[in-house]
Amino acid sequence: MRYAETGFNLEIDLTRGNIERVETDPRDTELYLGGLGTNAKILWDRVPPEVEPFSPENLLIFSAGLLCGTPATGCNRTIVSTISPQTELMAFSMMGGFWAPELKYAGYDKVIFRGKSPNLVYLWINNDKVEIRDASHLQGKGAIETAELIQDELNEPKAQVAAIGLAGENRIYYASIEQGRSSASRLGVGAVMGDKGIKAIAVRGTKDINVAEPAEFIELCNEVLEYIKFRNENPIPGVMTILKGLGSPQEMATHDEKWHTENFMWGNARVRRRDFWNEEIAKEWKETMESMQTRLISCYNCPMKCGATITPTGQPTYMMKCFSKLTYTMAAMSDLEFGFKIAGLAQEYGVDGYSTPQVMAFALELYENGILTDDDFPGMPSDNEGRFYWLLDRIVRREGIGDVLANGTYWAAQQIGKGAEEYAHNTIKKHEQLPLKLSMLNPVYFLMYSTGEKINITQIEGQFPQAPYPKREHREAFVKDWFQVPDEKFKQYFLDWEPRGENSNPYYPTVQMSCDIVDWQERMHYIDDALGMCSGLSSFPLKPPYHMHNYPKFISAGAGIEMDEDKLTQAAKRYRTLVRAINIRRGMRRKDEKPPEDHWKKRFPELEKELLDTYYKLKGWNNDGIPTKESLHELGLDYVSEDFVERGILSDDEGTLSEETSTETEKK
Amino acid sequence: MGEKKTKIVKTIKIDADLCNGCRACEVICSAFHATPKYSSNNPARSRIRVIRDPLRDVYVPVYAGEYTASECMGRDKYVIDGKEYDECAFCRASCPSRDLFKEPDSGLPLKCDMCEDDPPQEEPLCVQWCITDALTYEEREEEVEEEVEQEEMEIGLEALADKFGLDKIMDTVARMSMKD
Repeated sequence: MRYAETGFNLEIDLTRGNIERVETDPRDTELYLGGLGTNAKILWDRVPPEVEPFSPENLLIFSAGLLCGTPATGCNRTIVSTISPQTELMAFSMMGGFWAPELKYAGYDKVIFRGKSPNLVYLWINNDKVEIRDASHLQGKGAIETAELIQDELNEPKAQVAAIGLAGENRIYYASIEQGRSSASRLGVGAVMGDKGIKAIAVRGTKDINVAEPAEFIELCNEVLEYIKFRNENPIPGVMTILKGLGSPQEMATHDEKWHTENFMWGNARVRRRDFWNEEIAKEWKETMESMQTRLISCYNCPMKCGATITPTGQPTYMMKCFSKLTYTMAAMSDLEFGFKIAGLAQEYGVDGYSTPQVMAFALELYENGILTDDDFPGMPSDNEGRFYWLLDRIVRREGIGDVLANGTYWAAQQIGKGAEEYAHNTIKKHEQLPLKLSMLNPVYFLMYSTGEKINITQIEGQFPQAPYPKREHREAFVKDWFQVPDEKFKQYFLDWEPRGENSNPYYPTVQMSCDIVDWQERMHYIDDALGMCSGLSSFPLKPPYHMHNYPKFISAGAGIEMDEDKLTQAAKRYRTLVRAINIRRGMRRKDEKPPEDHWKKRFPELEKELLDTYYKLKGWNNDGIPTKESLHELGLDYVSEDFVERGILSDDEGTLSEETSTETEKK
Repeated sequence: MGEKKTKIVKTIKIDADLCNGCRACEVICSAFHATPKYSSNNPARSRIRVIRDPLRDVYVPVYAGEYTASECMGRDKYVIDGKEYDECAFCRASCPSRDLFKEPDSGLPLKCDMCEDDPPQEEPLCVQWCITDALTYEEREEEVEEEVEQEEMEIGLEALADKFGLDKIMDTVARMSMKD
């Protein structure tokens, strides 16, 4: 009997219309856990680096995490993996909501799509009955609208639906997959779904999910719930409001946006408005929020209320979460009301709330600077907000300039030329980032930005405070009940961290400490992504209920896999390395691992080099960021090094090619 | 007249305005009622279901009540504060009209038992797991008059007497006994 997981995947061949239910190998679960981990294994095995994102050979995998569907609070995430059209690397975008547990109750851990459907279809999974159904009547429909239409036509209000909008159908490089209150929106997973001709996946399940040691498991769950209650009643002092509690940043419950609006950049990630926030704006935005918001809402089996239902005047209701609250507002230099209105439209179209506003602001900046001209914007309204609506519409339809912008700032700049590259200044690995521009280099963030392969800072950071507390006594108070640390040394790192002087950024945390901190933070995120846990209860906030000490017990009692902290660390390292291996095989190298040039004003090239050198070493990667034969062997990934040698990525004798040769290869 | 007795009335108070729609109540209910306890979970087996339609702001946790063999002669539909609720949304019955509160494999009816347990639980599990406080538990003692138990035939006769009057019954009984 399989515990926590179902032990079955659905294999869907869209080209032939074939559906198979395939039993999985329990040994893979032990090695790669599930979710992201086993997704990476499948992509490594079945998608060679020559495969283009929009090739029928590319896979699109929807996976529930290992513990999704068990009573573990907040464990509800769907991990969508494929090759991204934007970065041409492995994309793993994720969504909360209700879809993954429903898939488990239907009896499957993953749905794996290959091939391409000749016409638009949707998949209907109803326990053992799985059908590919015609979706031609849903063409062009909004993502949320589609979900409702499908529930109606199946007469299954309890079916959970993940769908794309027009943007996915038209293969916009930052198209999302929407599912009620949640979306997998980064890295263009919606575009791959559209390319494969899948409009939606509806799922309904009424089967049991078993756990291996029921009494132990439920006790662990109860402890987590108790600790959540404790944390809700005891917010962390001395940090800004959105970092005090659990969950993803409580943007839907927060009215005070002084920090975001004055510290994040407006427009095309350029303009800082230091004295923006005042009483009048505070009042106006609060009124907007209160008049449009109906209720704070949650994902499956989670008490945190990170989302909200929003009804802008004259528009349909939609569900919003987190920072998409401000991305459109700030890109357009507008107000919250505009932000809410356009975000509703954008969600129906199914586009990423981070990239989309930035692409539009980028286009208008090119226009203002004469790189794009009136000829590129025929019929564009003259008012600022009107321009954003107009651009959004062109982009999702790939009309005129929209067809260029639909590929994101990096590719659009390449295509436009004439110096447009200078304006696509806020990407990492070709993907748009949060509009943050800061002064002093932060060594920890430097490493996370450079080496993160989820390519979104919020998916790497967490656990360790973002800034030092000014007073030692406050730091001492902070570490007192900080039991989540995997090692006591982290407490000392924090105690000695000062805002100014010798023990401050950029030389403190020291290189070694920074590497340790990043390694810990990243590990926690990778574990979450295999288990299907929301990072809002684990890797993202300070002092979370899930951590390195209780996770092994959850896996043992839940999935029946013997686990301890070392074994879990090793497993996470294994599939983290596999994700890197997939990207290395697709050409990613050290040269790609850098934050935007202007992310910090004060840069320290020598320190940055040392940081990267040391971190690579800690991770078992060579100086070009390639996992070494030795470290691959240690992780049981000899099949990766064999492949690397065969492709000339690693040399047979010493494990790595000499630096010279590697640079030579690069030049080609 | 019967004696005065006290009985404990167990109430789960549902504040639909506080419901965040997460369905933790369904998860823990089905886990608690699994055999062995907590060995599996499956919301389809839960004795509480959240009727949830976020875009219309509909959140109604409903508990499984009595089984009914036949459905009502008609159905009801509530509109409250401009929100239209599903047909029979507030009804607790395990009823042929819908798939709610039935074991998914056997179709056998499910009924909330307030998590009867040994040793007893402080509160039903759904309440314990609803930390947003949409579900709270109240217990109170109520004095009730214990009715003298009637025999089966007496209950039947009383119903006939209500319908036809006692005289007519006595006449009928007399006539029937003469036939013998």
